[in-house]
Amino acid sequence: MTFIRLAGIGRSVRLPDGSRLDILTDIHLEIERGEHIAVVGRSGSGKSTLLNIIGLLDSPTAGTYELDGQPTDGFSARDRARQRGATFGFVFQQFNLLPRRSATENVAAPLLYASGRQVWGRRPAARAMLDRVGLGQRLDYLPERLSGGEQQRVAIARSMVRNPTVLLADEPTGALDVDTGSTVMDMLERVVAQSGTTLVTITHDLSVAARADRQFRLDHGVLSPLTTAELPAVTARRTVA
Amino acid sequence: MTTLVAILAEAWSEIRVHKLRVILSLVGVFLAVFGMTSIAAAGDIGRQLVTESSERTGGRAATVSVQAYPLTSSPDNEVISTALRELVERYDIRWSSVVQDQEIIANFPGQSQRVPVRSVDPDYGTMHRLVLQQGRWFTPSDSERYAPALVVSESFLARLGGFDPNDPPTVRLGGASPVTATVIGVMADDDPGLPFAYLLNASATRWLTASNPFGQPPMLEMWVPPDLIDQVSAAVTGDLTVTLPGHVVYAQRLDAGSELATLDLVLRYGVRGVGYFALLLGGVGILNVGLVVVGQRIREIGVRRSFGATSARVFLTILLESVCATAAAGALGIGCAVALVLNLPYDQILSVPIEDLPPFPLQAAVEGFLAATAVGALAGIIPAVVAVRAKVVDAIRY
Repeated sequence: MTFIRLAGIGRSVRLPDGSRLDILTDIHLEIERGEHIAVVGRSGSGKSTLLNIIGLLDSPTAGTYELDGQPTDGFSARDRARQRGATFGFVFQQFNLLPRRSATENVAAPLLYASGRQVWGRRPAARAMLDRVGLGQRLDYLPERLSGGEQQRVAIARSMVRNPTVLLADEPTGALDVDTGSTVMDMLERVVAQSGTTLVTITHDLSVAARADRQFRLDHGVLSPLTTAELPAVTARRTVA
Repeated sequence: MTTLVAILAEAWSEIRVHKLRVILSLVGVFLAVFGMTSIAAAGDIGRQLVTESSERTGGRAATVSVQAYPLTSSPDNEVISTALRELVERYDIRWSSVVQDQEIIANFPGQSQRVPVRSVDPDYGTMHRLVLQQGRWFTPSDSERYAPALVVSESFLARLGGFDPNDPPTVRLGGASPVTATVIGVMADDDPGLPFAYLLNASATRWLTASNPFGQPPMLEMWVPPDLIDQVSAAVTGDLTVTLPGHVVYAQRLDAGSELATLDLVLRYGVRGVGYFALLLGGVGILNVGLVVVGQRIREIGVRRSFGATSARVFLTILLESVCATAAAGALGIGCAVALVLNLPYDQILSVPIEDLPPFPLQAAVEGFLAATAVGALAGIIPAVVAVRAKVVDAIRY
């Protein structure tokens, strides 16, 4: 069943000189529950903007976006925030951990915006989530004391602690070396697979994109499917044209 | 409820993480509330001190004196005194004392000396809030004593030796027909080095008046409700004029009354005004720090928006950080003020005794706490607006 449907999505901004810059143009994309898709593209191609629109952090200037069958253009700012917290988890390239908070506090932070039992039980839930990503021995570590890979694992734990339907990962291995990046991706895929979470990965790394069920290329704001030939042969698993 | 707890938990977490910044920005608020509360307490103590001192001299509010002087002859103290006492009975004055200043000869060991004495009724001690260092004040039964009782100043006692309540010192008073008087109480000198004594009117009438050519005409002091002072003054003056024909009669208020009220206003509102101003300055400091910190935390705010934080939630959290911090600083300021005010050695600091130490000024403390909280809210609004206006996408990339 289609959970995310983008139809003719466009995003443009008005520049100081009055001209218009099109960041995304006529994007059509459907994503099923539990699917893993990857979007590759160069810097400035609009990847992050697409991710922000999907994650309700930003709004399109054209087209329609349906989330679980509901048009999102009718959402109020409050609805968007609530839907964002309940439906999406975000993993950022630079981790974006809250400084001077322990790993547990970082992972527990999203639960402060949940309701009822999730708020009261946020610390045990955070510890359990950290244990799932292999950081059970780093519960009280501050981000400054963690390696890059560990920080990203904390960020993944944080993004998954509310059991989101969709995990949006923006260059999750962009700040890591190849080996660490591979380990983090293994762990990320394992965690989302365990919970049936949809994974949308934005990357410029074709080997990371190759791990997804479907791959797309975003070039100058235009989305198109990637072919098998464009992916690294060893790691390519499947492409959908 | 859960949301409120979550907001408070988040705000408190921010304060805890940024404690150095918070502490530095709150020094002004702490000092303002501490100063405001402790100065209010000092003001209360000062007011009480002035009040008590004034009451010792002029009596409690409202004390009215009534006096009568003959126009053409020497005063007949007995006639005047009788007329004054009739007034007390006629108007059923609950607290009153006939007061007469005289001089008597006191035969101290080794020397005789003319000493000023004031003859009074037992009520006088309460009306003037007299504080004794040793012994006790007069009771009505003291007028039945064969030997007159005396309450003397320190200088008077110094001429007799020490005071032992089980074996009280005595002194022979008077010239031609002396009488031995017993000292029952001792109080501080009003005029250092000058011996002075109180005795009861009943004793003075019995033992001293006949042989005392230096006495002043008696007057009546009455402690009456302040709102009745004009009525009472007019009534007793008119009545006494009829009772004592050929006399000039007049009544006057002795206590400080309205002057104390003015002082009270100055202390109360002057001190608070300064405190509120200081608090306002503290608030400006918090506002400055708050704006700088929100700028530094913009990415963190963006990340929290990605967790699902609504604009209202971000606004409330930033606001509550400020409110929680200033409330904590206010509470700490009040706590320190309480500790200071309750533990000061007033007996050593103040040169004059204070009989009724005023309670801690709870109203000033509550006002200080509320004002600090309000300043926190005011100082938190602008940073909260700045935080809310930041675009989520830009904030995350910041």
